[in-house]
Amino acid sequence: MSIKKWARIRSPWLIHFNTGGCNGCDIEFVAAITPRYDVERFGILLKGTPRQADILAVTGPITMQVAHRVLRVYKQMPEPKFVVAIGTCATSGGAFKDCYSVYGGVDTILPVDVYIPGCPPKPEAIINGIIKLIEKIKR
Amino acid sequence: MRYGTTIKVPFGPQHPALKEPEYFLFEVEGDFVVNVKPRIGYVHRGLEKAFENNTYMHGLYLAERICGICSHAHTVAFTQAVEGLVSLEIPQRAQYIRLIMAELERLHSHSLWVGIVAHEAGFDTMFMYLWRDREMIMDLMEEISGNRVLHAINTIGGVRRDINDEQANKIRKYLDKFEENIKNYIKILETENTFLKRTVGVGILKPSDAIALCAVGPTLRASGIKNDVRKDDPYLVYDEIPFEVITHDGCDVFARTIVRCEEMLESIKIIRYALDHMPKGELKVKAPRTFPPNESIGRVEAPRGELIHYTKSNGTSKPERYKVRSPTLGNLASVCKTLIGAHIADIPIILAGIDPCFSCMDRILIKKRS
Repeated sequence: MSIKKWARIRSPWLIHFNTGGCNGCDIEFVAAITPRYDVERFGILLKGTPRQADILAVTGPITMQVAHRVLRVYKQMPEPKFVVAIGTCATSGGAFKDCYSVYGGVDTILPVDVYIPGCPPKPEAIINGIIKLIEKIKR
Repeated sequence: MRYGTTIKVPFGPQHPALKEPEYFLFEVEGDFVVNVKPRIGYVHRGLEKAFENNTYMHGLYLAERICGICSHAHTVAFTQAVEGLVSLEIPQRAQYIRLIMAELERLHSHSLWVGIVAHEAGFDTMFMYLWRDREMIMDLMEEISGNRVLHAINTIGGVRRDINDEQANKIRKYLDKFEENIKNYIKILETENTFLKRTVGVGILKPSDAIALCAVGPTLRASGIKNDVRKDDPYLVYDEIPFEVITHDGCDVFARTIVRCEEMLESIKIIRYALDHMPKGELKVKAPRTFPPNESIGRVEAPRGELIHYTKSNGTSKPERYKVRSPTLGNLASVCKTLIGAHIADIPIILAGIDPCFSCMDRILIKKRS
């Protein structure tokens, strides 16, 4: 295992982007970094800029307005990059699937590595999803 | 000091200070903001149209998903509007359960917000403390409704779940602990120099401006104006419950923090009173599937301020028109005013100061002609 890959598995850095969700998944995502769940213990850090991030965590359905923005954030991330779709909206469009200004899930515009369903998923589920992604990176 | 030239600083839609995608263009001169242009609409999902395409029962779930933080406030406003179409009276016990959930939600929303504002002020320890305590409230809500965030406890004509004695005792026990901690945090926030330096005198919103720009909720109350839908136009059983409307004369971000902290203490009192005085009885009454032509409004004090739902029925099982007016839209004009003249470094804390919830707010779609 190269040192880069070792570092990536030991401490994946995340960037969070809300593509038009209802905030439900976002607060559960933030709850995962606060004391009860505290994923920072395991080196999983939330970053403010896409240029430092390995994983793009997307919450919410992709709205027409935000689609080109999320693509831009994705393009700014260094390779190799991974995408996690958090919540039912991000996986399939959820309750907003048939709305006129919603494209659907994240996979309509980006390649997704891990889907975390739930409306909203509990912090435990989000942590489990990120662990699944780390296992995927290992392989 | 005048520099003569202005520089445009874009803020968002992806920005670490905001959890939601929203864009602001700041024109700055030196270190001071001279103009702000918000550009809203990134979270626009076309919800109002979706309401018209779905039945009232489906609408209940859509209303819940307008906002994940004040989801219960949205369903209360929705049920209030829809029940108003046929003047449906819901059982007393159901009203009390709705009220208890609404106040629990206020506790979770305010503690979340005070944490965020402490984080923006660079006081991360307080952020972690508050979010730790917030988990207690989340546990209570999960215990009562089965869900941490989207509770789905309201239904047209009443509520789905009851609060039994065991749960009531658990709520009382947790609230005692929560109250003790909040009182402690208020003491810390009022004396901690680093926090005071970052918030006192920052983002001044004068009472006259607050009224002129239609500010609502804690933002308005922090400018010293007593205005609360729970008191002014009581819904549910708020008229039977004694409580104070908290105001503060500071008009700044610090005042907004203290107003929200003290509102949490009031909410705790309201929940205790409601648990003690909750009558026994039915949980729901049968509601019709179709509604005769009528118009109705639901007016609720959400954690962020006054929330209005309007519906117009046409005799079918789907609404003819549905309209949501969320508190953040009311506060947006006032925050743009307060940002003018502020330091660039104060932008995140002033923006966070109104407790923005853009997913509630975005009702427009801006489309470029290609």
